[in-house]
Amino acid sequence: MRDIQADDGYMTADGRKIGGVAMELRNITLRFGGVVAIKDISFDIRWGEIRAIIGPNGAGKSSMLNIISGFYHPQEGDVIYKGFKRPRMRPYEISRQGIARTFQNIALFEGMSVLDNIMTGRLHHMKANLFQQAIWWGKAQREEEENRAQVEKIIDFLEIQHIRKTPVARLPYGLKKRVELARALAAEPAILLLDEPMAGMNVEEKEDMCRFILDVNDEFGTTTVLIEHDMGVVMDLSDRVVVMDYGRKIGDGTPDEVRNNDEVIKAYLGVAHE
Amino acid sequence: MSDTLLFALEATLNGLTAGVMYALVALGFVLIFKASGIFNFAQGVMALFAALTLVGFQSGQVPFSHLINAIFGTKLHHFGWNMPTVLAIPATVLVMIALAILIERYILKHLVNQEPIILFMATIGLAYLLEGLGDVMWGAEVKALDVGLPKGMSGAVDDMTFAWFGYGFYIDRLELWAAGIAAVLVASLTVFSQYTKQGRALRAVADDHQAALSVGISLRFIWVLTWSIAGIVALVAGIMWGSKSGVQFSLSLIALKALPVLILGGFTSIPGAIIGGLIIGVGEKLFDFFMQPVIGGATENWFAYMLALVFLLFRPQGLFGEKIIERV
Repeated sequence: MRDIQADDGYMTADGRKIGGVAMELRNITLRFGGVVAIKDISFDIRWGEIRAIIGPNGAGKSSMLNIISGFYHPQEGDVIYKGFKRPRMRPYEISRQGIARTFQNIALFEGMSVLDNIMTGRLHHMKANLFQQAIWWGKAQREEEENRAQVEKIIDFLEIQHIRKTPVARLPYGLKKRVELARALAAEPAILLLDEPMAGMNVEEKEDMCRFILDVNDEFGTTTVLIEHDMGVVMDLSDRVVVMDYGRKIGDGTPDEVRNNDEVIKAYLGVAHE
Repeated sequence: MSDTLLFALEATLNGLTAGVMYALVALGFVLIFKASGIFNFAQGVMALFAALTLVGFQSGQVPFSHLINAIFGTKLHHFGWNMPTVLAIPATVLVMIALAILIERYILKHLVNQEPIILFMATIGLAYLLEGLGDVMWGAEVKALDVGLPKGMSGAVDDMTFAWFGYGFYIDRLELWAAGIAAVLVASLTVFSQYTKQGRALRAVADDHQAALSVGISLRFIWVLTWSIAGIVALVAGIMWGSKSGVQFSLSLIALKALPVLILGGFTSIPGAIIGGLIIGVGEKLFDFFMQPVIGGATENWFAYMLALVFLLFRPQGLFGEKIIERV
């Protein structure tokens, strides 16, 4: 049974179309033993939007992302995805449903080349069976070629042609972040989750990453949920922002609304910030 | 050519073929270690178990016959038919796959995210369990294994070397076959891991569990796959060693010989396992050849371990292993 009223979305000021609700998180509570990491939080994510989750350290932002991607299971509350309540699933099953993610502390396959890393993003687009693959015949070969073509497109898009064959372990931090984004994009996700995509980057790298996130959203219409510390970046990038503090939601709305929210200013932006 | 040189050359060749046998066992370790970070102490016992099962199928033994006889007072021992080798080997492969599924289901699944030392302890337990299971299923007596591989001196090598040097080398045909089979095994494993979807998934899991999950790889499936492959490699090693020296408990101890091989080659490298095996094989034979007059025989028992110790001092990651660099 579909659980959400039809909702057509709206147009943004810069003319992008934001669709109806893609995912709704409803009364989520997450506990680790006695520690309450997330306390009764609800918000939604619309198709095509860039949705940011911000908050001070330890606010529960990453935990929230881990719930969406299935790495954590909340004790209370529901995740409603594409209009249906999502049963308890393993992370790999959720990934196969079109939710791709990156990690705060980069989780790439260090020993593999950039190309191989990105190809793993397409694993569940490959349907040929083991036997067909073993003899490299028919479906297997066709699939590999199609997937390679798709991966090359993403490599072009993210401007990492020059490091295609480099083992990931040898790359500098900023490029690793970009490869991780490429791998997530290779899965052609419906929802892309980015956990601090710009942490630890210099100004130039940050600008690049911002541009890529906007371009991806623009070009493929990818719904993006991101966690970020850099307030300037968040306010520029996102359509809507959820603000968390100590596991509670203290603000939710457009960047302007959030900026002027008293509780948010008190808890997060604080006085004498920057 | 002087006699000493010829004898040394023969010893080297013998060492190479013996080294392949060591490499076969080491290969099983490397596969599991790469995919799951587990040092599988049970690899040697898996080779023994696979060989026992193969002999049991071939000779039509009734599994658990002693146990059944003891409980019900029956006198079962054989079904009275012999299974041809071409059927017995696939049947044993199926048993090894079933074993992999059981190991994942009842051991690994419950130990996800545990320290490597805990998993290592679990494999020690598994080793004893399998050893006992093998005994109860197929009996503890020494059995001969014959899958139709040629044995004895290779006439071709003898003739050829005699024609060249005026001295015929003694090389066991079984060991030549073992070398060939190992080469095929390694080539197909390499192709599998480099060019297939499952192979790529396997390498991904070996590298980073979390990242693998995030791209939609099922860890459980990959673990079953890895342990199945390790089981099949164990079967090949079991066939080779079993054909050479009979299927008996001491077969499981060849696992200990794989340790120095791994220390030399690195725990994470398939080529390393091969080269490490060859170095140990050749080193053993040559050391024995040159040092026997000086310090007496039986150096083969300890040479490999000594070499491994020296390696640990100067290159702890092995020849091909990943160098561990820790940031502080």
